[in-house]
Amino acid sequence: MPEAILEVKSLRTVFKDKHKELTVVDGIDFEIGPNEVVALVGESGCGKSMTSLSIMQLLPRSAEIAEGEVRYRGRNLVGMKNKEMAKLRGRHISMIFQEPMTSLNPVLTIGMQLTESIIRHLGVSKVEADTRADEWLKRVGFPEPARIRREFPHRLSGGMRQRVMLAMAMSCRPDLLIADEPTTALDVTIQAQVLDLIRELLKESDMSVLFITHDLGVVAEMATRVIVMYAGQIVETTDVRSLFQKPMHPYTKGLLNSTPRMKGDIEKLIPIAGSVPPAGMYPPGCRFADRCPLAEAVCRAEAPQLREVVPGHRVRCHLA
Amino acid sequence: MALYTLRRLLNAIPILIGITIISFAIIHMAPGSPLSQFTEDPTIKQVDKDNMIKAYGLDKPLYVQYWDWVSGLVRGDLGVSLLKNQPVADLILERLPNTLLLTVTSFLLSLLIAIPLGILCAVRAHSRLDQIVSGFTFVGISIPGFWLGLMLIILFAVKLGWLPSGGLQTVNADFSLIDRIKHLTLPVLTMAAGEVAIWIRYVRSSMLEVINQDYMRTAKAKGLPGNSILFRHGFRNALIPLATLFGLALPGFFAGAAILEQVYSIPGMGRLFIEGAFQRDYPVLFAIVTVGAFLTVLGSILADVAYAALDPRVNLSKQEVRG
Repeated sequence: MPEAILEVKSLRTVFKDKHKELTVVDGIDFEIGPNEVVALVGESGCGKSMTSLSIMQLLPRSAEIAEGEVRYRGRNLVGMKNKEMAKLRGRHISMIFQEPMTSLNPVLTIGMQLTESIIRHLGVSKVEADTRADEWLKRVGFPEPARIRREFPHRLSGGMRQRVMLAMAMSCRPDLLIADEPTTALDVTIQAQVLDLIRELLKESDMSVLFITHDLGVVAEMATRVIVMYAGQIVETTDVRSLFQKPMHPYTKGLLNSTPRMKGDIEKLIPIAGSVPPAGMYPPGCRFADRCPLAEAVCRAEAPQLREVVPGHRVRCHLA
Repeated sequence: MALYTLRRLLNAIPILIGITIISFAIIHMAPGSPLSQFTEDPTIKQVDKDNMIKAYGLDKPLYVQYWDWVSGLVRGDLGVSLLKNQPVADLILERLPNTLLLTVTSFLLSLLIAIPLGILCAVRAHSRLDQIVSGFTFVGISIPGFWLGLMLIILFAVKLGWLPSGGLQTVNADFSLIDRIKHLTLPVLTMAAGEVAIWIRYVRSSMLEVINQDYMRTAKAKGLPGNSILFRHGFRNALIPLATLFGLALPGFFAGAAILEQVYSIPGMGRLFIEGAFQRDYPVLFAIVTVGAFLTVLGSILADVAYAALDPRVNLSKQEVRG
């Protein structure tokens, strides 16, 4: 296997105040290879977004990385000086966020917000940066880029803003794009448009993507490999085909059963009973045991380890 | 924008007329008159008093007096001080530069300190630094200016003898910049102390609103340097609510330092007003009240225009015009 772009090793991220520590990401390991699209899947509150913010070193002030490493091309980003990190952010690792409506600065023009990182990272002139900004705006589907550049964000729709965000993230041709639920806040038709666009951009570059989502439909469309998270841990990871064909973890199966699919007979959607236990309230055994239809005595007694059941397919379950 | 500004200015005219009528009435309602000082004076005959009343026009009905005054105002004639026998306009022009020197200098000084410190406190909200600065701001807001002024005079002028205790230049000396700065140091520091405290609070809270916004995270995710994130992305947004407050500070430049001018014996607008008030020098009082009212209205118009200029989301053509 060629050298990984990103390696996350036993990452543990906590929320901290004076009195206690709450672990929200609990010992996560994964890698992203060149040109790979890895989907990080799970319900709200399972630690997906905290994982992505940990990678970017953009955690809120109340949170911190307690253990582990995040290596980008071999360099550990954890504890890296802010100045060094700023050189990577937006240049080599870019990120787009869930909320296109609030992620752009309301008082600066689109052009300003696009060109400032181009000028900063690529050291080109203002005029050259404008030209490049226009190219990217065109790439993300604005036929009149020069006009859009002069607009303020409030004049654009959510889908347009997310396309601007995408142009911004892509403008320095990063190796790694972290997309944190980029389509969740958008209408379905706009979602498809943005996903198509990301896929197209992927085809043309050798960029890797970490795609964070709770939407398995999006996973099937976009990802090459899938990581399923539950309660701060990875519970299953494999390539996208085996995940849909032979899911092994009861939680993954539950997710699949609660996702509507077009194929086959009219299926019943079976929701997973209960909800994710809040951080700090995890049961001693398997964290999914309380919601698991198959749970046995061992599940409640002993925490399962993530183990490779089939080559390339790892599952955290006693019964798999 | 130009049209909006013009409309706001036209709207201000009835407000200003209202203010002048009310202040004219109130000042005349106050007991006493410019001639009160002569009532107990046996050397002045009743005939002379009657002549003076007639000469000043104080025997006419109030609305006629008001009309006379307003028509003078429109022609640019602010009248003649009853006590100093000088045109009011001359008196104001003589004093205004001193007041502006004091108020504008201390305003700029306080912003120079308050903006970086307020931003820093917001960035490190609830840290030790923030708590210490907050403590000082409460002290600064609570201490009355005249008290601080007197304390500084006792310390720096009386005990240490480093700085003059009042006035704007050494008596009988030629103008020199160093002399002027020495004279201004204490009054400016006294005035700025309170203002710094207030502006730190404003800047801090305005910046706190902004600092956790999603676009700040975006700016960081783009790999921008810290200063660019804080100022271009952060403070630029925090300025929007601050602009309103800056506008409201404008009338203070004109009249603001009344008490401190008294404490530091600075011949400025504030002292002129206080003298005028004690002696019922009507033309001086009306002139200062009118200019003050004019600046208040102008300040609020400027604040709204600045607000619109700073925030592209404000659409003036659709916005309702308020007084």
